[in-house]
Amino acid sequence: MNGREVDWVENETVKQLLKRMKYTFPLVVVKINDEVVPRNLFDQVTIPDNAKVAVIHMISGG
Amino acid sequence: MDKKKYEEIREKLQESSVGIAGLGGLGSNAAVSLARAGVGRLVLVDFDKVEESNLSRQYYFQDQVGRLKTEAIKENIERINPRVMVEIFNCKLEKGSMERLFKDVDVVIEALDDAEMKTAFIEEVLQKLPGKPVVAASGVAGYGRCDSITTKRLGNLYMCYDEGAPSSEESVLIAPRVALMANWEANLAVEIILG
Repeated sequence: MNGREVDWVENETVKQLLKRMKYTFPLVVVKINDEVVPRNLFDQVTIPDNAKVAVIHMISGG
Repeated sequence: MDKKKYEEIREKLQESSVGIAGLGGLGSNAAVSLARAGVGRLVLVDFDKVEESNLSRQYYFQDQVGRLKTEAIKENIERINPRVMVEIFNCKLEKGSMERLFKDVDVVIEALDDAEMKTAFIEEVLQKLPGKPVVAASGVAGYGRCDSITTKRLGNLYMCYDEGAPSSEESVLIAPRVALMANWEANLAVEIILG
């Protein structure tokens, strides 16, 4: 996850992973193996073993 | 510099197109920078009017206060480089059709203000326009922290990113850092175009 090794948990969803990693930012773009995961599927999509997960959080300002 | 190489670059930029979502601090500065660089076509989208407070960081002038940002930026670009074809859309990007105006540009730049909109825009463009390079920025507010800004690449998404920066609700938006990130985005777009 973001280049860091994280223990894999079977059937863990994106939402659960974000919570476990203590991501408090509500606005994130998540990619699993370079595929964007839409936010409305965070509680349905599970993380495959050995997946490359990238989390980027968006901060207001522009 | 090698004249042939210079001509090659000039030609490639002239044939390229960039779409920019939002014409605030990021978008207005990025648009002007890309116009100076000689990008042939710009597709610029915003719904807002120029306000006096915008002048602290956005590429507009006193006598443009009250005018539509799309029209004001077009005028400014024409004064700098009249060879750029500027297409403007004065409308609000709506969730569900965010990608609509950016189908036929080479690179899309996210230059929106609100984190929620930024996230939705990136998500939609990446999903609906597969293969389209998207340049985005997060962590624009505040000052200093130059060395905390990095480019993060995730497939077709290129982020100008400072994950430790304050949000615009917690801090101020000031010209140097906003222009830095805007030009960082423009520079990434040029890099993608030139390959």
